[in-house]
Amino acid sequence: MIRDITIGQYYPVDSVIHRLDPRVKLLGTLLYIVSLFLFDSFAGYLLVALFLGGVILSSKVPIRFIVKGLKAIVFLLLFTVAFNVFFTTGDHVIGKWWIFTLTWEGLRLGAFMGLRIILLILGSSLMTFTTTPKGLTDGLETGLHPLNKIKVPVHEIAMMMSIALRFIPILLEETDKIMKAQTARGADFETGNFIKKAKALIPIFVPLFISAFRRASDLAMAMEARCYSGGANRTKMKPLIYRKRDYIGYGVLVCYIGAFVVLNILVPWF
Amino acid sequence: MGNKMSFIESRNLVHEYKRHDENGNIEQVNRAVDDVSISVEQGDFVAILGHNGSGKSTFAKHLNSILLPTEGTVWVNGMETRDEDHLWDIRQTAGMVFQNPDNQIIASVIEEDVGFGPENLGVPTEEIWHRVETALKAVGMYEYRTHSPNKLSGGQKQRIAIAGIMAMKPKCIILDEPTAMLDPNGRKEVISTVRKLNKEENVTIILITHYMDEVINADHVYVMDHGKVVMEGTPRTIFKEVETLKKYRLDVPQVTELAYELRKQGMKLPEVVLTKEELVNALTKLEKAEN
Repeated sequence: MIRDITIGQYYPVDSVIHRLDPRVKLLGTLLYIVSLFLFDSFAGYLLVALFLGGVILSSKVPIRFIVKGLKAIVFLLLFTVAFNVFFTTGDHVIGKWWIFTLTWEGLRLGAFMGLRIILLILGSSLMTFTTTPKGLTDGLETGLHPLNKIKVPVHEIAMMMSIALRFIPILLEETDKIMKAQTARGADFETGNFIKKAKALIPIFVPLFISAFRRASDLAMAMEARCYSGGANRTKMKPLIYRKRDYIGYGVLVCYIGAFVVLNILVPWF
Repeated sequence: MGNKMSFIESRNLVHEYKRHDENGNIEQVNRAVDDVSISVEQGDFVAILGHNGSGKSTFAKHLNSILLPTEGTVWVNGMETRDEDHLWDIRQTAGMVFQNPDNQIIASVIEEDVGFGPENLGVPTEEIWHRVETALKAVGMYEYRTHSPNKLSGGQKQRIAIAGIMAMKPKCIILDEPTAMLDPNGRKEVISTVRKLNKEENVTIILITHYMDEVINADHVYVMDHGKVVMEGTPRTIFKEVETLKKYRLDVPQVTELAYELRKQGMKLPEVVLTKEELVNALTKLEKAEN
């Protein structure tokens, strides 16, 4: 089940999108999400789908792999669509059953909402598919650098993110070890109802937390021993530098969002 | 004072861990390091031996200002470790490798981890790449530079940690039980890497350990027990005292012990034997003499 979730994974191939500066991709994702709420017609969806399709094609990430990511949100998706379909009031009633009313307006809204969520997930997961975790944190750090002026500890947040990413596999392995150790001593994680299963997890979490704190303390000491003293006066081994393709990327983004704004103003039904 | 100061010198160093009760009163004072005076010259390979709780790790942490002395003084390259102004200089001069290889690797890509130290020092980007390359080649891990540290063996991870320190161009590396969590092969890897750095790059090595066979090649050995230095000398003079070492809950290398037992039974073996080759040579000589 957990292995099915592809959201947040990195898909290592070499493509234009992969090589794009993470800052371009971060801003792109943000503008893309904004653009999803700038229209109210099928023509708009067509435009978004075309743009997304183009990006997916040039990213070389297989469409099947991307669509697999939707599995994780099937429940949320069905729930939202059903809610919109059955509880929207409108004039064109198709059918009525108990408290549910099926209207044309509901169908239209349900379809729109469903599409919107699908496009949202596909678009934003594309960013993690094409950007390494390190690229993502670097992009956030440099991209959000101006926030330093209002005392947001941007470097520290980015450092925390990258350390968290480094320790996820280690802590997963540790969890597995603890579970096996507890199973060997007769702990039961498989049977029982939800509450029983949740209770069985406590003997896992306690040692896991203790070990995580110990690791954190060790790591802090090792970082200090290597002269880490926060973000000031630090240089970068792999600094982010804009190249020609990144400026083209920004250009494409401006055209994309510009098109939505212009259509919004000029075309009333858009 | 001052004229004859060694590269690293501790004078009458005392460190106390204080345990406080709920009201903040001192409940118990635990003297982890008790009146230790040690001096290390540039380029030396020094080993500090001791059983668990002998204070050897606590002592090591004084050498790069992670801990500060309760009493006494430590100088690193002429700088006093209490001096806040020299904190980063001291830590750059004396790098430290810790016991758990997983808990000292910061980045998810090996070359980025090795570059972490130089980044902190504010070294320019191009120079960082150069240093990372040199450091990784020095520990023999260059071909792994783009890999993730998660898939490496313990010995390899520890070599990466050493490379991470080497990239900061230290004059001295302190290794705090670097092999305690490794299998025999990993232990060999790490020790031979350390020895190579000492010989070829003239890096001062201070190795903290409780494995006796790792200290055979050291220039100087200190044995600690209950916070005090109880023995010191070359490996040869230390390993002569098999009984005394046992008293401090330390085992001599297997070969040394075997030779010691044989000598006790009346065989004419040299007073101390450190390696298999030495024992083989001594035994063949003995056989020839008897024939």
